[in-house]
Amino acid sequence: MSRKREEKEYQKSFPYRFSRWLKGEEDPFIGRLEMKPQVPRESPERHFDPSDYEDIKRRSRDHAHNKRWQGYGKLYQVSSVFICTALIALLVYAVSYLPPVGETGNPANNEVPERYITKGLEETGAVNIVTGMILNYRAFDTFGESTVLFVATGCVMLILMTGKSRGKRGTAEEGTGNGMAERTSITDTGDSMSEKISAEASGKRGILAEGSRSRRTEAGIQISVGTVGIETGNRVSMGIETGNQISKEIETGEPKTEETVGTDPILQVIAKLVCPAVFLFGIYVILNGHLSPGGGFSGGAIIGAGLILYTNAYGFEKTERFFTKKTYTGISVSALSFYCLAKSYSFFTGANHMENMIPNGTPGAIISSGLILPLNICVGLVVSCTIYAFYALFRKGGL
Amino acid sequence: MTIIMVILLIFLVICAVAVSINKNLLNSILIFMSYSLVMSVVWIIIESPDLAITEAAVGAGVTSLLFFLTLKKIQKISPDSDLPDEEEDHE
Repeated sequence: MSRKREEKEYQKSFPYRFSRWLKGEEDPFIGRLEMKPQVPRESPERHFDPSDYEDIKRRSRDHAHNKRWQGYGKLYQVSSVFICTALIALLVYAVSYLPPVGETGNPANNEVPERYITKGLEETGAVNIVTGMILNYRAFDTFGESTVLFVATGCVMLILMTGKSRGKRGTAEEGTGNGMAERTSITDTGDSMSEKISAEASGKRGILAEGSRSRRTEAGIQISVGTVGIETGNRVSMGIETGNQISKEIETGEPKTEETVGTDPILQVIAKLVCPAVFLFGIYVILNGHLSPGGGFSGGAIIGAGLILYTNAYGFEKTERFFTKKTYTGISVSALSFYCLAKSYSFFTGANHMENMIPNGTPGAIISSGLILPLNICVGLVVSCTIYAFYALFRKGGL
Repeated sequence: MTIIMVILLIFLVICAVAVSINKNLLNSILIFMSYSLVMSVVWIIIESPDLAITEAAVGAGVTSLLFFLTLKKIQKISPDSDLPDEEEDHE
């Protein structure tokens, strides 16, 4: 039983207005609300006077007249000395109760190392007992360590990654000015501050240094200096921070040093000689992990150090040809998942981790000792990628 | 062998104290590097070459490099001035 509505009554109701608004026939606010034309809001500028700032800084760091500062300073010194002395005394006292190293009656000489030493070669097939321990008996520990490395890289990425890709920056700078190509090596730093400088410098270049075509570094520094002058002259109110940072930037000479990366001939010649040896030695250490001292972690660290040397000598352009973020993700994830799958078979075979499905082979041969060789390779890949990724992230804020 | 060991251990102690006492951060890192290098020799003497390789690669090489990069990032190393620890008072 429905009641038929009057047309006028329906026109006052909400669904009618809503449907009209939905169809775009009528704006529900026009004619019903009091409206003012929008006034462009004034940007809240902080009015800092540089002399004020200096005064505050000077007064807050005036040690001679600040009683509280002095009191806290003394308290800090006394308490730090006290805490350090107490801690050292405690530790030395505890160490004096430890049994001497290498005694037969020590509590560390129980059945676990005995089993490792007497049956390690037989059970794991690894001549190097240390590798046999960490990749067979304690393989899950090593898996955890590798995962920690991966997670650490993720955290460094979260903190340090700037998220600006190289290609985007290049096109942006191409648009701004003529003759900017000669400055690309300066702007390749990845440092956000020097980027800012170069962007501002490119913006002001037309005004400032139109005629001057000097050498590369000199041009960069000149433009930056001129920009600082204009910046502080025009906008004094916000000039404190930017002026400070930019002047510091110039004093430390960041762009100049970054420019020399990848062009040092001495480093390049040395790297050309040393790098292959370093990489080969790293691969040798990884592959011989179950035969000789070393293993995945050491070999991976050596390869990572070699990659860093190569990058230092030839610059990031050369390494980016074979090592990008995609490569890093692919290698790390596949190595870790292979490790996980290879070592979690014990969960599906009744949790007897000691039993090896793969034969151990003859001890001393390269292809022996079951899963230890592939696991070593996995750990080495993860470690080397992690070390290089740390370096790249610290250096340029991206992979 | 014992004499060499004692000398190395004394050097280690001196390095460890010098790292914390030194005011210059760059010098601290260099001393830390030498600490790691001596430590790797000590690892070889007490018959753990695995640790020696890792210590030489990670402790003396990669860690110090990351420290250098951090110092550069926070602008405590500058190629022109000899005083990396100066205050940021220049305008």
